[in-house]
Amino acid sequence: MDGWWKKNPHFVEYMIHEGTAVFVAAYALTLLCGLVRLGQGEAAWNAWLEALKSPFSLVAHVVFLAAIAYHAFTWFKLFPLTMPPMVVNGKKVAPEVMVNTGLAAAVAAALALLGFVWRIAA
Amino acid sequence: MSDTQKIIEIEVLRYNPESDQEPHSQVYKVPFTDDMSVLQGAQYIKDNFDGSLTYRWSCRMAICGSCGMMINGVPKLSCETFLRDYYPNRIRIEAMAHFPIEKDLVVDLSGFMEKLEAIQPYIIPKEPRTLEQGEYIQTPSQFAEFIQYTSCINCTLCYAACPQVGLNPDFIGPAAIALAHRYNMDSRDGGQAQRMELLASEDGVYNCSAVGYCSEVCPKHVDPGNAVNVNKIHAAKDYFLRFLSPKGGSK
Repeated sequence: MDGWWKKNPHFVEYMIHEGTAVFVAAYALTLLCGLVRLGQGEAAWNAWLEALKSPFSLVAHVVFLAAIAYHAFTWFKLFPLTMPPMVVNGKKVAPEVMVNTGLAAAVAAALALLGFVWRIAA
Repeated sequence: MSDTQKIIEIEVLRYNPESDQEPHSQVYKVPFTDDMSVLQGAQYIKDNFDGSLTYRWSCRMAICGSCGMMINGVPKLSCETFLRDYYPNRIRIEAMAHFPIEKDLVVDLSGFMEKLEAIQPYIIPKEPRTLEQGEYIQTPSQFAEFIQYTSCINCTLCYAACPQVGLNPDFIGPAAIALAHRYNMDSRDGGQAQRMELLASEDGVYNCSAVGYCSEVCPKHVDPGNAVNVNKIHAAKDYFLRFLSPKGGSK
């Protein structure tokens, strides 16, 4: 089974999807660091905010955004595989409807959050 | 044979347990017409080049489930895969992945048969009825709950597609779990608790990491991957509700 995932494009895609979960964890850790620094007082919190503005941090966040967006996209694509069959009005919901509804909800939630944070910042 | 006869190279993974230490490839140049399947290509080799080439087949119309093989690394029924779609490139056919090879393209399915038997693929009546009581009544919506999973033809392409079956040969696997799900979902059946013991076990549904390739290669659109994943939810429910109503794998 050595190198099994290189033998088929479907498996390569699977590994990229699973691999991008590492970036989700990395971003969660970044936010956790912020929480810890907040607990340490104002100076520590401001230092963390400054660190976020460094070029390294900015590049890292662009990478996080791309990887997490890809992970989210492929995660919703798995809906029809992992969710129990949904029946609406006695009819089974088509797989693409499940995927597209999930994606639309994710985009709407992300935009709402962005708008909310924008208003606070302003 | 006309001058315009097209010829395709078919590379076959050969293995004779009586003379070979390990499988090896052999290439044949097969003349073909546009209506010829990969199975017919193998038949041409057997009839014209080497009568010892061994493979399984029966119906030639994608319903018996016998002629599965790896075609350019993808598990497919060779009777519904056409040589014209690969021409002019070489086509490589091998025994199905994740099964022990018996001879050439024939694999040993005994492990799969044991798994199939283990999930009790038959109705265990919820309430046995006498002849006088008449037939079991089932509504169309109750029927719709499981009909999809009855389409499985046991071709085992999903086992050849599943990397987790390759990593853990004891994993009950997609087709057997889909069939277990078929009976669990049947309103006449009362055997779910027995089957869930197996589905929730170490060899059960949690071996699946949702690669999803099983459902993609399924020639009958059974969607075994969904059956496996839905039963992760069922097994988890059995586990967390075990103090309220002990059943399934958490009894």
